[in-house]
Amino acid sequence: MSTFYQLEFERPVVEIERQITEAERGEAAPKAAAGVPALGGVADGAGGEASANGSSPPADLVALRARRDEVLRELYRDLSPWDSVRVARHPNRPQTRDYIDRLCRDFCELHGDRRYGDDPAMVTGFGRIGSIKCLIVGHQKGRDTQEKLACHFGCAHPEGYRKALAKMKLAEKYGLPIVTFVDTPGAYPGLGAEQRGQAEAIAVNLREMSTLRTPIVSVVIGEGGSGGALGIAVSNRVAMLRHSWYSVISPEGCAAILWKQANEQTNNAAANALKLTSRDNLELGIIDSIIDEPLGGAHRDPAAAATQLERWVIDELTRLREVNPDVLVEERYARFRRMGSYAEQMADTEPIGSD
Amino acid sequence: MSQAASARKWTVEKSERRNTIPEGLWLRCPSCAQMIYRRQMEANLHCCPECGHHFRIGAVERVRQLLDTGSFSPMFTTLSPRDPLGFADLRAYPDRLAAEQRKTGQQDGVQAGEGFIKGRPAMLCCLDLTFMMGSMGSVVGETVTRSIEHATRLGLPLVVVSCSGGARMQEAGLSLMQMAKTSAALARYDKAGGLFISVLTDPTTGGVTASFAMLGDVIVAEPNALIGFAGPRVIQQTIRQELPEGFQRSEFLLSSGLVDRVVSRKDLRSELARLIDYAGM
Repeated sequence: MSTFYQLEFERPVVEIERQITEAERGEAAPKAAAGVPALGGVADGAGGEASANGSSPPADLVALRARRDEVLRELYRDLSPWDSVRVARHPNRPQTRDYIDRLCRDFCELHGDRRYGDDPAMVTGFGRIGSIKCLIVGHQKGRDTQEKLACHFGCAHPEGYRKALAKMKLAEKYGLPIVTFVDTPGAYPGLGAEQRGQAEAIAVNLREMSTLRTPIVSVVIGEGGSGGALGIAVSNRVAMLRHSWYSVISPEGCAAILWKQANEQTNNAAANALKLTSRDNLELGIIDSIIDEPLGGAHRDPAAAATQLERWVIDELTRLREVNPDVLVEERYARFRRMGSYAEQMADTEPIGSD
Repeated sequence: MSQAASARKWTVEKSERRNTIPEGLWLRCPSCAQMIYRRQMEANLHCCPECGHHFRIGAVERVRQLLDTGSFSPMFTTLSPRDPLGFADLRAYPDRLAAEQRKTGQQDGVQAGEGFIKGRPAMLCCLDLTFMMGSMGSVVGETVTRSIEHATRLGLPLVVVSCSGGARMQEAGLSLMQMAKTSAALARYDKAGGLFISVLTDPTTGGVTASFAMLGDVIVAEPNALIGFAGPRVIQQTIRQELPEGFQRSEFLLSSGLVDRVVSRKDLRSELARLIDYAGM
């Protein structure tokens, strides 16, 4: 944990985490010297043994950890939208493949759109979540540099969206529910993507997903950027992990257009204005639930994050599996049909002869 | 006076004030650089009489060009935008809206209604570039959706003329949802056997392209219109190389297989009528 990537706003916790790391090392070292293999990074439970030099770092450790948790709780309680975006982009934040690894024992990946290629930025395949067989679709950003480049940092190409739709139709055919994980800054803006019909690929997904006769649930696990996110999220239920974001454009993109420049200050302002946090999206009725993250964000405890996510998915799918497909389609249509906020002045509501 | 009739009178009055082109009796064509007489250009469907360059036009003028004279019955005119997010950038959204409404005399950037195209009844919906770059917020999304639903109910052919900078940022997530809403409505129209002709004009980008605009049964584009998902500047910043000549223009989309036809403005009306005839609607 010593090489932990630190976010700017987490600065107050950095020093404490450094001390914890040191204390853990101090504790592990004598054991290692005594021929006991030290378990790097596994700190819990170590407090039970007294260390060789007679002082009691375990007590310190417990105190330090308590202090860290307290500071984290404080920091994460009222995260600014812009900081929330930073958490959503944290390099250690679990991605689609991480969740698949944790949730599915026998994931059967399916590749390719049968038209152009196989987009690694879109992962699709059969898997079991709990005991429920389903189709999983998700954006993949990539972990190491090589994977990131191959995935274009989670920006899918048209072939990615077409692959997603092709597999979703397969799921419909076999009556499998669909689970999608949204994690993209946006669909890829590039030459080939435009030439192969990026807009058309997304548009067709929006149209076709609205008609699929099987349950669809979506979770925004990190970034939910614009049409590229919505392209796999026309679903019966949509949730966001607490520190993810979902909106029509990234704060930087918005700042560059409306504030004429993207810098720390305008990004911050744009993130506020866009109402992109999970809480805002819930209030606007764009999502149905918020899935809580472990203290200090999903990147601090991916296993706990996966457990929360799994619980929500299983709960929703268990409910939706009982619903008649016609009703599912109807409800999904109604869900998006009511979105929007406008005033409607009734044309003929003036009482006649009132004066 | 009926609501439709009063709205029609109002749109005609406003169209005279509408102005998407610089003032003056003469203007220079941005394409061929010829000095052209404004009246002549306007009489030529707002195309350059010398080189045929298509000037951008507002929705009211578009409706006038496409429908039989006097046949337009405006619909959904009671919708007006709100500020659900309390959005403010360098300017508050309500102030921006008020200024745009004063400038255009319209509630938002869309005109919809029934009318006749060379005697054929049709549902027409035109986005309006003069109102906040034709961006799609809740009112535009709702109007497009209601137009689709109306066409579905009455079995009318549907023509949507797009020109838009994309989803309206000031309504953020709610704008994004309009993409799903309109596309889902089109799925039902499609199932009911409707004919949707999507007309793409300069410029059609972002969330509008990535939803209803690219879902036409037949997609036609005006010549040399900028059409794409991402804007050219964003793409250039991403790939860091020069974009090829004509990239994201109608003819490029035609050769990439993304649109059915490139049609000049002067032929658009008869082209629509012809397509409606072929579809037997």
